[in-house]
Amino acid sequence: MLEIKNLHASVEDKEILKGINLKVNAGEVHAIMGPNGSGKSTLAEVIAGQEEFEVGEGTILLDGEDLEELSPEERAHKGVFLSFQYPVEIPGVSVTNFMKTAINESRKAQGLEDMPANEMLKKIREKSELLEIDRKFLSRSLNEGFSGGEKKRNEIFQMAMMEPKLAILDETDSGLDIDALRIVANGVNKLRGKDNAIIVITHYQRLLEYIVPDFVHVLYDGKIVKSGTKELALELEEKGYDWLKQEAAV
Amino acid sequence: MDLKEKLVSSFLAFEDSVDLDHPVHEVRSEAIKNFEAKGFPSKKEEAWKYTSLNSLQKVDFSIFPKEETTLEYKDVKKYFLHEIDTYKIVFVDGVYSSYLSETTHDGVDVCLMSSAFSKPMFRQVIEVYFNKVANKDESLTSLNTAFCKEGAYIYIPKNKMPKKPIQILHLATGNEAALMLQPRNLVVAEDNAEVQIIERHQSLTGNEVFTNSVTEIFAGKDAIVDYYKVQNDAATASLVDNTYISQKDSSVVRVHTFSFGGKLIRNNLNFYQNGERIDSTLKGVTILGDKQHVDHHTLVHHRQPNCESHQDYKGIFGDQSTGVFNGKIIVDKIAQKTDAFQQNNNILLSDRATINSKPQLEIFADDVKCSHGCTIGQLDDEALFYLRSRGIPKKEATALLMYAFANNVLESVRIPELKARVNKIIANKLGVRVGFDL
Repeated sequence: MLEIKNLHASVEDKEILKGINLKVNAGEVHAIMGPNGSGKSTLAEVIAGQEEFEVGEGTILLDGEDLEELSPEERAHKGVFLSFQYPVEIPGVSVTNFMKTAINESRKAQGLEDMPANEMLKKIREKSELLEIDRKFLSRSLNEGFSGGEKKRNEIFQMAMMEPKLAILDETDSGLDIDALRIVANGVNKLRGKDNAIIVITHYQRLLEYIVPDFVHVLYDGKIVKSGTKELALELEEKGYDWLKQEAAV
Repeated sequence: MDLKEKLVSSFLAFEDSVDLDHPVHEVRSEAIKNFEAKGFPSKKEEAWKYTSLNSLQKVDFSIFPKEETTLEYKDVKKYFLHEIDTYKIVFVDGVYSSYLSETTHDGVDVCLMSSAFSKPMFRQVIEVYFNKVANKDESLTSLNTAFCKEGAYIYIPKNKMPKKPIQILHLATGNEAALMLQPRNLVVAEDNAEVQIIERHQSLTGNEVFTNSVTEIFAGKDAIVDYYKVQNDAATASLVDNTYISQKDSSVVRVHTFSFGGKLIRNNLNFYQNGERIDSTLKGVTILGDKQHVDHHTLVHHRQPNCESHQDYKGIFGDQSTGVFNGKIIVDKIAQKTDAFQQNNNILLSDRATINSKPQLEIFADDVKCSHGCTIGQLDDEALFYLRSRGIPKKEATALLMYAFANNVLESVRIPELKARVNKIIANKLGVRVGFDL
């Protein structure tokens, strides 16, 4: 589904991604781990189309189609979803209205009519129950005054609403207590299917106990320095990243 | 002959049309002297540094409107808030149009200044309130006072509230190549009275119009006045709006100014708090393009203890438009426990748009809470990316962010149909459709 080949990206002439290779098939969950500053969030944002980064060499293919020339919204219409590490507060736009706009814009791009209001409401109800979100919460301004945990839960609610083909979760576990983590993980797991894929970016193996990955990659200094199965995450938890840094240096 | 000379020399002719024995005429005579001495304000004056009236003074404006021009309601319906039932005071080229209006004397008076000046039953109110809060030194206010003859007269006695909101609409037909209008409004809400007023100036053609308006508003104890100014005029219409508000104990006055159109707009909005526990609210949304110019000069004078004021002005400036916000707050020594809040946020959409924002605080009391903030910026790129990553196209995402930016100013609009209307104007201004009812 997603194929990244030799991806280089920089911001203000500082190279952050230095040749990433990654292949994610439909039905798989990949975890990307690594120390701070290794380029994890940059990778997530570059896939989603953040224009702040200059993409040099390399390609990102989604179902064989090169994403390079596509705007963030076009990528979203093709099924790319990024759960933000720091969701932005948008005063004056309610969660519900935001979701309606997002879903109907995606439908419009696919040549579909707006989703009928009752269908939309039903979906909102269903997905908010899945994530145990209070109905009152949905009429509040998007992310405004939300706690860190509420913001993350709201991101996964949006993901559940949009049913993306490829979901990238950027440190969704940070700011979550154990109960919220379980709820969020449950929401993500409900979305797992043979036709979509998930990339989980995290510092800690904790989230991976709930969202069990098929593959684990370690990103260090803009490169994937090691890949393995879920056992690699446990090993990292135990040994830290230093041994990998040394390996990378060799 | 420049405009000042023309105005001063026309005063004699004007006197032929009014009752010279009425006490108001003495006020007019004083006022024309002040205007003659001061003339139009120039950019040399600090308060007019960023707004020039020079080009207007070169236009050969007609000063006396001709007889009433008939307009069909269907042709001007869209300028009314027609979704709800309202009282209407409508002027066509400065002349009252009884055909388009709906006034009342049923418990409250919603009628005309010309009636209030001429009929004995209104004389007492005129004596007590007329020209009492307006600044007699200010030259444009004096000019208006000198030629005052017509406008809206709204008197709400103690404990009363009109059955419906009141609309004041000034229409200019373009019968004159260039027309100057000087409406004079008086709004009195006695103790515990309540009133909602919507005011709009609308030019129907591309002919030049210059309106120099003065409105005096008096709010008695516990009175509530909501005043909405919709400024979305043609590109050849200019407006100087001088509004003076006097408030007594525990009264609430909220003025919302929506500035979306017109060539040059200058709003002089002045609040005087003459009592305790007063709440004064000043809100504005300004969205400009082309070479439009809007200047908001606000004054809140806290003269008594335990009062509040809230100012929140948002501006979005595109093309070569220019904006000014000058917010003056005076807190007298006696006015302890004042809570004065002022916020002015601006977004510049183009490199050639300009905003000059200036808070001006003069605080003489020592136990007060005064906060002010001003921001000038572009749209937040991170927020834009967030919305776009959810599939919302750049144009719509930009509109949504601008809408969000302006939105909290609309929250305090108490007429839902007006709020919807203003939202629609904003959406049109931004030229986009978003996925829900703005």
